[in-house]
Amino acid sequence: MTPPDVVLEARGVSLRYPGTLALDNVTFRLPRGKVSALIGENGAGKSTLVKILAGIAQPTAGSLYLDGRKIAMRSVRDADAHRIGIIHQELNLCPNLSVAENICLARELTVRGVLDKRRQDDLARRLLARLEHPIDPRTPVGDLPLGQQQIVEIVKALARDVRVLMMDEPTSALSAAEIAVLFRIIRDLTARGVAIVYISHRLQELLEIADSVSVLRDGRMVAEADSGAVDIRWIVERMTGRPAGAAPLPQAGRTGPELLRVERLSLTAANGRPLLRDVALHLRSGEVLGVYGLMGAGRTELLECLMGLHPEAAGSVWLDSKNLAGLDTAARIAAGLAMVPEDRQASGIVQSLSVLANMTLAGLDRFARGPWLSPSAEMRAAAAKVSELRIKTSGLRHNIGSLSGGNQQKVALARCLLTEPRVLLLDEPTRGVDVGAKSEIHSIVRHLASAGMAIMVVSSELEEVRCTADRILVMSRGAVTGEFPATGTADDALASAASIAAKETA
Amino acid sequence: MISVSPAALLFRLRALIVLIALVAAFAAMSPAFLTGGNLTILVKHVAINAILAVGMTFVILAGGIDLSVGSVAGLAAIIAGGLIHSGLVLRSFGVVVYFHTWLVIVAAILGGVLVGAINGLLVSQLRVAPFIATLGSLYVARGTALLISNGATFPNLDGKPELGNTGFPALGAGALLGIPAPIWLMLLFAAAGMFLAERTPFGRRVYAVGGNQRAAELSGVRVKRIQCATYIISGGCAATVGLIIAAQLDAAHPATGETFELNAIAAVVLGGTSLMGGRGGVGGTIIGAFVIGVLADGLILMGVSEFWQIVIKGLVIVLAVVLDQMQQRYSRRAGAAWRS
Repeated sequence: MTPPDVVLEARGVSLRYPGTLALDNVTFRLPRGKVSALIGENGAGKSTLVKILAGIAQPTAGSLYLDGRKIAMRSVRDADAHRIGIIHQELNLCPNLSVAENICLARELTVRGVLDKRRQDDLARRLLARLEHPIDPRTPVGDLPLGQQQIVEIVKALARDVRVLMMDEPTSALSAAEIAVLFRIIRDLTARGVAIVYISHRLQELLEIADSVSVLRDGRMVAEADSGAVDIRWIVERMTGRPAGAAPLPQAGRTGPELLRVERLSLTAANGRPLLRDVALHLRSGEVLGVYGLMGAGRTELLECLMGLHPEAAGSVWLDSKNLAGLDTAARIAAGLAMVPEDRQASGIVQSLSVLANMTLAGLDRFARGPWLSPSAEMRAAAAKVSELRIKTSGLRHNIGSLSGGNQQKVALARCLLTEPRVLLLDEPTRGVDVGAKSEIHSIVRHLASAGMAIMVVSSELEEVRCTADRILVMSRGAVTGEFPATGTADDALASAASIAAKETA
Repeated sequence: MISVSPAALLFRLRALIVLIALVAAFAAMSPAFLTGGNLTILVKHVAINAILAVGMTFVILAGGIDLSVGSVAGLAAIIAGGLIHSGLVLRSFGVVVYFHTWLVIVAAILGGVLVGAINGLLVSQLRVAPFIATLGSLYVARGTALLISNGATFPNLDGKPELGNTGFPALGAGALLGIPAPIWLMLLFAAAGMFLAERTPFGRRVYAVGGNQRAAELSGVRVKRIQCATYIISGGCAATVGLIIAAQLDAAHPATGETFELNAIAAVVLGGTSLMGGRGGVGGTIIGAFVIGVLADGLILMGVSEFWQIVIKGLVIVLAVVLDQMQQRYSRRAGAAWRS
């Protein structure tokens, strides 16, 4: 390897928080015009390292070098001045402002102190054209679908003319076509000499775009290699520190009687757009039903209807031959339904509460003795779930925010299990979760099913439905467009059911 | 439990430490401060604000705000005063009904609960912003109080033995074991509030609704009922305060409780409850109410000008919130290490 032309370098950086060493003497170099992938399980220190490189956090030891000169970055503004940009995993956009206003935010174009809207719109239009996304720059960002919002976020970084760009899970909200566009943009940027840090849990896509791969584990840099020299197996082994080869999933047990039946379920949005069209399905005890579909297929709306969040929906839902019509969410949970929602931050966990309170929230009445809560009963039940689901926590009374994404997800799952549901609904159960926790969650799903629970796994990842489900339902544009057995069906059959029908109904 | 460094612990207990420091400072500077007479007056003042603030704490924990509490106190005072003083006039029957004192108290509290329920329905069912909904009932309740009494004060609430409605002033002036009734009531409300918040499913659900409404709903929490209940609690607390004031004065004035909502909110915030909801507690609120009360009393004893007192109160409230933000940033940073 010839010595690369390094733009930004973190040399021997450590970051010590009270009680933890988040980063331990890490050296990370960003060569000009290259894509450097940063990989690690949640809690390995990726985000911490990126925060240091972006000026959001300051290392307690070690320093940063830009073009070989030592620099100190105390804030995002400093990073901005050095033309170092970051695209966060969660979108940082103002939904009330237009596309152009978002792109030019904090560096507005003005004429003698007055906003020059036309020049801003032109700039935005030019950049959007470069990304092959001719979105009207005057559209309020809140009106755009998530994928286009992600594009706006990227344009926002481009407008700053960065020389180093960090991308934290940039594709989590993008469709395959949008990812292809993003990759072309990345190649275009690297051709102009921009150094890129790329973080993703999607390893296949990461190997496709990255020039080099750096693996963090427990705050230490454990491996670095050219991406051409490694494969997914190598990465997973370095990340987890144990040989790859997922534990064989428990064989599907015999399925029992039908527990859930949905007939002619339809839902219309306030603007008249159909969200669900005549959805019908059934689910047996001991069975895992995978529901696959692209973004906007109506998968989340389906689960919301089952949980009683849309009382205006037409059609009927039976749980164990009991009609659930007119029951609200609380009554449905009491009847034996439970759901782990898709967006952990927005609907899954309560950030201000402890791990314990998050876990017992849904089943609270079970821990009441008369009118009072029994702290010991709560503790016992929660501790049992911690060991059963192998939740890594430094203490049940600590804030939920002290847990990694994967462990927060397990807490959300534990909360459902503490209501002793018979039908469990999981919406994107492993989104933003590292590989290790992902396979753990998958095997938990299989174990629960073999114990007789009926489970629905909704996912936009083919691999996830494949390795958990007994039967796969494909949805597109609010309708069920196919049903397949999990084994013996080709990926492309599923993918086409998810997309061809979408065009037909468009 | 996590091992907390002594510095962090001191920081977390800062409201209590500030309170102790204030008491110590005033005791040192003014010999009159620590006398039994002064302390009794002080705590009786604190009791009024503390009871309002206990109810307010539930509303704020669930992510709302209740601006109507001062007016509700006034309305309850007028309902009680009117019923004792002139009875319930039933014109079509040509009779005037006088109620037993306990029924008067129940009627006044029901008046407060009713306003609270209306606030709750406006916020939860009709999705009116809490600030606006309770601003509206602030005016409506105050106006209703003025209408009932025609703007006048109902004097002399001793009642008449032949009407069976005596004893009302005891609520303000009575004492048990040498401790005045309002202080007992404060202790009762504080204890009940703490238990409700910390030790019941209802309390936990209030925290969850304030912390993340959607997550709470998906967990089967009936969010609207919880929101409604917090306003009802607040209305009930406010009505109690109105009764105490009327009893203390032995007269019901329609302006009772004007601007008290601001003192109640200040006590809640000083006690460390986040205006965003989900964080804080009743214990902190009681300390917050005492900080405000001690500060006011001490500054008066020191002869500080009334105008300076107002400025100092404002500064203390802002300072408390600044410290609160600092603590949250600190604990978030400590948490971020794990999350990274």
